Amino acid sequence: MSCWEIVADYAFRSLGYGERLLPRSDFTLCQQVVLIGSGMIWNVYFGAVALVAGFALATLVALGKAARSPWLRKPSEWFVFVFRGSPLFIQFFFAYFFFLSLKQSVPALDPLTSAPVGAALVLFLNTAGYSAEIFHGALRSVPRGEVEAAEAYGLTGWPRFRRIVWPTMLRLAWPAYTNEAIFLFHATTLVFLSGFPAAGQKGDALYYASYFADQTFNPFVPYPILALYFIALTLVIVAIFGAVNRSLNRHLPAARRPARPRFLPQIVR
Amino acid sequence: MFAYCSDPQVLDGLAWLSCYLTTGKHMAIYWAVGTVLLLLAITGPAALLFGFGGAVAARSPVAPLSWLGRGYIAIVRGVPDIAFFLFFVIALDQGLEYLRHLALCPDWDQPVRQGSDFLVCPQAKLPLSSAPQWQHEVYGFALAVLTFAIVFGAFAANVLHGAMRAVPRAQIETAEAYGMTPRQTFRRIVVPQMWIYALPGLGNLWMVLVKATPLLFLLGVEDIVYWARELGGTKTPQFTDYPHGDWRMWYFLALLVFYLGLTRVSEIGLERLMIRLSRGQATLGGAAQGGVR
Amino acid sequence: MKLVLATAALALAAGAATAQDVIRMGTEGAYPPYNFIDDSGEVAGFERELGDELCARAGLTCEWVTTDWDSIIPNLVSGNYDTIIAGMSITDEREEVIDFTQDYYPPTESAYVAASEEVDVLSGVVSAQTATIQAGHVAESGAALLEFATPEETVAAVRDGEADAVFADYDYLLPLVEASGGELMFVGERVPLGGGVGMGLRESDAALRDQFDAAITSMKEDGTLNALLVEWFGEQVGTY
Repeated sequence: MSCWEIVADYAFRSLGYGERLLPRSDFTLCQQVVLIGSGMIWNVYFGAVALVAGFALATLVALGKAARSPWLRKPSEWFVFVFRGSPLFIQFFFAYFFFLSLKQSVPALDPLTSAPVGAALVLFLNTAGYSAEIFHGALRSVPRGEVEAAEAYGLTGWPRFRRIVWPTMLRLAWPAYTNEAIFLFHATTLVFLSGFPAAGQKGDALYYASYFADQTFNPFVPYPILALYFIALTLVIVAIFGAVNRSLNRHLPAARRPARPRFLPQIVR
Repeated sequence: MFAYCSDPQVLDGLAWLSCYLTTGKHMAIYWAVGTVLLLLAITGPAALLFGFGGAVAARSPVAPLSWLGRGYIAIVRGVPDIAFFLFFVIALDQGLEYLRHLALCPDWDQPVRQGSDFLVCPQAKLPLSSAPQWQHEVYGFALAVLTFAIVFGAFAANVLHGAMRAVPRAQIETAEAYGMTPRQTFRRIVVPQMWIYALPGLGNLWMVLVKATPLLFLLGVEDIVYWARELGGTKTPQFTDYPHGDWRMWYFLALLVFYLGLTRVSEIGLERLMIRLSRGQATLGGAAQGGVR
Repeated sequence: MKLVLATAALALAAGAATAQDVIRMGTEGAYPPYNFIDDSGEVAGFERELGDELCARAGLTCEWVTTDWDSIIPNLVSGNYDTIIAGMSITDEREEVIDFTQDYYPPTESAYVAASEEVDVLSGVVSAQTATIQAGHVAESGAALLEFATPEETVAAVRDGEADAVFADYDYLLPLVEASGGELMFVGERVPLGGGVGMGLRESDAALRDQFDAAITSMKEDGTLNALLVEWFGEQVGTY
């Protein structure tokens, strides 16, 4: 079987298209590269969904933490503490148990115990917790002068937040947030390793890598392939976030643009 | 453990629980808590050492050294820790044994790789196969520490590299004006000054390290997650005096409390350290501390 | 003189493998009744008793180590222990990488367990442990396969209604079904999978394999193996 045929059979195997059965014998390098790559679809999906949704929630929670009212502040603080303070591994375990009991009482919540919905939800909450802490830190260091200048121009409330505070907060938080994004994508490999079941042998890159490691009894081929995929993915993330960073800082004179993270990395889990 | 535990079937309530929680198997999980704390205590400084080496290499004016440092940071940071753990420990073990093999058995004529077998001469085995079990366990633990230190060292290198650049230019220029060599400037000015800039990042890294310890079982160390799964699983009366249903939930709840507690203690400790280091320092205050609490 | 000769003969019989005087026995410790950790934290079960007896017969000093199932073969071939005695079925794929002794447990059967009699195991959702021969079988059978990391979770999935049935080794399921008080039951046909359970050894360790092989033969011949099988698996177990 040529490598192109393998690509045709297995490139979308992780989504359930193509050959129904995984290769069982005579494993080739091509099969491993194609199937592990197919699994990367899920890693990208989990990471992207959680990142986009988590961004919005993180902004809200960061504002909550900075709020004067304890009704907003306390729950936000606890949210961040629980999701930053416990291993994702354990969060997955509890989420799965919780979703199981939830769907017993509300049948409409059935999809929650499947990885594409349930695990994405956990990752979303997890990254929201970490990002909220980053945003909160950035919010505290928005220069007073900028806020005062905005007031002098008559900007208050929502317009002041949207046009002055929020962009500056993002600008300050961006390097640390880039790190968070990288680690979120790395954390997606935990989905099928613990907690959520893989249905119909549709799994992420780590699932297929460990499948091959189990079948060939040789961990030295599939895991390095997985590592290479992730190094490539990390480079892509860094490139995208770097482009956003440049656009966030486009108004600054070239010499003042921070070349390096001002904020020391907010690393994860 | 207690005298009344000899026949658990007749016990109930607290008496049963006190016996259940003190079985030899439960001692293993308490022991594992100690293992995790010990691992954290050793890995922290070890990762810092790797990080310092990586950061110094990365800013070295010697190009190959700089590439080595940058390559180490970029590659290890780019790979998910799980993927790394799954093959690195065995690779490390084989690598060490191979080096010993080359040194100790120069006239060994058989190939080291025979089919799928990895065979070094008996003297090169680590630890020797005649060694008692505790030596094997210590070796396994040391491999885990080394792996963690290499992975987290890459992150620490990144943080320290940033911190070294954050030391105000004016201080370095002043040192130069006093006639210090680059080496002296680095040792006397940059290194003492960088910690205040590095601490928020390193503190965060510590939190991450704490939360990576549930992956220890991937490295072959029987950690608290391994025992929580093992103890919490359904136990049928045939194989134990303490049969119970699926109690994993309760064991994981205990783990959750353990990790939240560890996080809280670390937060308080880091805050104190920050205040200590800030004493007499002209730092940017808010801006530098922004990322973390 | 006689005594010295006897010692020499024993040393010869023990062969090259006893250059290393302690044999490390690798097991999983999470697969009752084959092997599990008992209340006192020691490795116990059928394979513990069997292994100790085999070592005694072969004149070897043995030490037990537990390891994760996923890395049990890679750790053997890289020399972290000398044997695998962990309820491992003899399969062609494994034979390519490691050597097996003769089987000490007759070809095993796997079975389906469900929470109700009506479950159709060929079209429903069937849970199995990730990357086991059972998972491979379910994938081929046409049922919708749901894979979990541990055997515990595969059974829990049936209790929770996540899966219609679980497909696993019969001897693993039997105590669970008996203890469930009618909640769980065997359904469908039992399926013979694998070629019996044997001890796994490195391919380069032929001398050690022959020693264990001889010990297993002697246990089969004098009936002690059968007695051990009945003790741990009940009367209906296949014997030699």
